[in-house]
Amino acid sequence: MKEDRTIAPVLELRALKKSFGENQVLKGFDLQLHEGEILVVMGKSGSGKSVMIKCLVGLMQADEGVIRIKGRNITELGQTELDILRTEIGFLFQGSALYDSMTVRENLEFPLRHHKEKLNITETNEQLVLEALDNVGLVEAIDLMPAELSGGMKRRVALARALILKPRIILYDEPTTGLDPITSKEIINLMRSIQKKYRTSALIITHDVDCARVISDRIILLVDGVNYIEGTYQELIRSDDPKVQAFFKT
Amino acid sequence: MKGPETLRSRTISFFTEIGEISYFALRFFREVFRPPYEFRELIRQCYNIGNRSLLLVCVTGFILGLVFTLQSRPTLMEFGAESWMPSMVSISIVREIGPVIIALICAGRIGSGIGAELGSMRVTEQIDAMEVSGTNPFKYLVVTRIVATTLMLPLLIILGDTVALFGSAVVENLKGEVSYQLYFNEVFDALQYSDIIPATVKSFFFGFAIGLVGCFKGYNCSKGTVGVGEASNAAVVYTSMLLFIIDFIAVFVTDIFFEVQ
Repeated sequence: MKEDRTIAPVLELRALKKSFGENQVLKGFDLQLHEGEILVVMGKSGSGKSVMIKCLVGLMQADEGVIRIKGRNITELGQTELDILRTEIGFLFQGSALYDSMTVRENLEFPLRHHKEKLNITETNEQLVLEALDNVGLVEAIDLMPAELSGGMKRRVALARALILKPRIILYDEPTTGLDPITSKEIINLMRSIQKKYRTSALIITHDVDCARVISDRIILLVDGVNYIEGTYQELIRSDDPKVQAFFKT
Repeated sequence: MKGPETLRSRTISFFTEIGEISYFALRFFREVFRPPYEFRELIRQCYNIGNRSLLLVCVTGFILGLVFTLQSRPTLMEFGAESWMPSMVSISIVREIGPVIIALICAGRIGSGIGAELGSMRVTEQIDAMEVSGTNPFKYLVVTRIVATTLMLPLLIILGDTVALFGSAVVENLKGEVSYQLYFNEVFDALQYSDIIPATVKSFFFGFAIGLVGCFKGYNCSKGTVGVGEASNAAVVYTSMLLFIIDFIAVFVTDIFFEVQ
């Protein structure tokens, strides 16, 4: 995927810092995601990947740094403006985070309740839910409860929920963690097909090298809270750097 | 030096928690009147909290009235004062025992349930998912639950009191051969507005306290599944203490306004 770097990035982090007490997790992390691009951020467990993605959507407050989504600095936005901006972002959580007390249909309808009119979406809830479930091949699960779904199905429903407002950017937090290799492949293929269909930009946080190999346009390796190296998968596997080699060999 | 140091840190954490819960309550009052309103979720919570507590409240109330009457009977008989039984039982239950016991039972059932539910939603990132989808989870989860407990507790307490009086009437009917009609005539003669109104007003505060503490503990839960257990447990312990404090204040205020003899 060749993206136009002359256009402003849809998502940008500059010198992001975040500490928990004495432990400085992010020490000035930078990132730019361009229109239609699939960017993978890799790093060991505890390297600050999830903290970074949570700062990005305002679930955590960064200590320092700039976070821009579609050119708007989210740290300067009020709650209402931030909520509206969040409708342009789909977020797939590591553990799916489906609402236990709601059916699949209600899970998918939930984000529509307050934003459908604001976003001028004309389709009915039923149409939107069916379209989203059709994208992930789970229309038959519409009236099931999350407890009745397998791990892979939950991840697909969560992906459908992330897509329901037709966001321009999708953030994936460890999309294949905890899944068997076959289901992981299904999820990765699904992510690719969605990206092709809706022309979304995607930021994927993972330590799954296979996932990065198949789907990424570009990879950033996050080590000790900073960008260690950046490039395509082919560039990184050819790197002589021992840290990069150790990561890709594992 | 370990003792004073521990005392110091515990005192600080106690006052920090008081500050946090006060801020949480303040946020509730800020959000409760601000649209959009979550009526459907409020009704669902009222159903969950009210309807699903009915059996527990009825059984507790019935046994409360039954036991209270059975235990008091011999003492009153000793003084030849069995006829005072309906008025004594009704005033005790309506003013004090009914609201406090039913509220404590509800703190166990509802408070711990809210703490565990919101706690598990927090640790499984469901609350984060709501926030990311542009919905205000505080309004959807917290405001609805606190309003529901505040509205439902008085109804549950009125029901519990009524069933307790019925339990007492059953004992009087079986042991003292007092008719139900006579028993309830005596009850209504004995009860004054000054007994019913303060008890009803304080039951709104009991409901608010149960909802507030349960939501606070669950919403701010951390430390994984261990944290969920702790949130649920702490919700019951803190609420129980708070109920007695509210009860003490309510009795004090009632004494000023209604000049209880």
